[in-house]
Amino acid sequence: MSVFKDAGHLFRFAGLFVLAFLLFLVIRHFVVPPSFGQYGHYRGAAMGEIAARPVKFAGHETCEACHSDVADAKKAGKHAHVNCEACHEPQEKHATSDDPSATKPPLPDSAVLCVRCHTASAAKPKGFPQVNPAEHSNGMPCDTCHKPHNPGMDAGGPK
Amino acid sequence: MSDHWWGMLIDIPKCIGCGNCVRACAMENDVPDGHFRTWVERYHVSDEDMTNPEVISPDGGKEGFPVAEEDSKKYFFVPKMCNHCADSPCTQVCPVGATFVAPDGVVLVDPKYCLGCAYCVQACPYGCRYIHPVKEVADKCTLCYHRITKGLTTACCESCPTGARQLVDLKDPKDPIHEFLKTHPVQVLKPQMATGAKAFYNGLDGSVR
Repeated sequence: MSVFKDAGHLFRFAGLFVLAFLLFLVIRHFVVPPSFGQYGHYRGAAMGEIAARPVKFAGHETCEACHSDVADAKKAGKHAHVNCEACHEPQEKHATSDDPSATKPPLPDSAVLCVRCHTASAAKPKGFPQVNPAEHSNGMPCDTCHKPHNPGMDAGGPK
Repeated sequence: MSDHWWGMLIDIPKCIGCGNCVRACAMENDVPDGHFRTWVERYHVSDEDMTNPEVISPDGGKEGFPVAEEDSKKYFFVPKMCNHCADSPCTQVCPVGATFVAPDGVVLVDPKYCLGCAYCVQACPYGCRYIHPVKEVADKCTLCYHRITKGLTTACCESCPTGARQLVDLKDPKDPIHEFLKTHPVQVLKPQMATGAKAFYNGLDGSVR
């Protein structure tokens, strides 16, 4: 007498489990992205997609490749380490354009730009040059006296 | 696994609160208005109550700060951003594996996989995440992953006029910031949380939360 006599329903039941497991594997194969688990519990391809987003700030090295005259003028002054796009806004389009003059950035308004950093406030570091704009220039634009690329008064006055 | 291990150095005594980093970040990454991947806070510590500073951050410091009149009180600016933690609480709570620490140490969100459940927004001890109002997925600082992988620095570092923010590659022995980290008393935010934060602050006051 076989021990498996009257056990047919158990084999059918086990068969159902095997089928369900195979179905799970098939569905899993289609719903899990191929790169999931490549580096960890996430989609590895996401890193490449995030890295492929467009750049907007070209970086000062890119600017200086053409505007070496400005880079030289800046070198001697206090703004030597202020990068181009800190004032001129992002210029990747200008830098990668076939015709850079068509995407020429507008000249910043010194009355807005300079005071953003240099308005006197007790909260700013003590050594940082700061003025009360109304008292200091009486409404005159800053570039009447200071060259933005080399702002010291010994640098020869207006640009 | 990777040649890089990215972090950030923030030099508080150099920050002038101009908001350049906040504007640059918003322009570079199309950050929606009213949400911030980086922001600047101004601390105001009074002599009477050293442990409860007054903190302001009008519009994330995007357009700078109101003028502070001279008085005996202690003022300073604290730029904040994702700390790109090595043991990040935000990645641990994600139910679907949509946010992760990349092999180069940058904490990223996979917008195609994110459900927008906002568990991570609650888990971040630094308040660095938000739900994007249009995409309805979690969004945060990517440490300008699209820039640093091309050899550029981040938009906030590029536009900081005083060099108060510096990108650090902790695996690159030639990175000049290593010398700074060795010779200055740097600290991370909320070290008691043991998040393995990689945004290092120089001159961090004890009152900063």
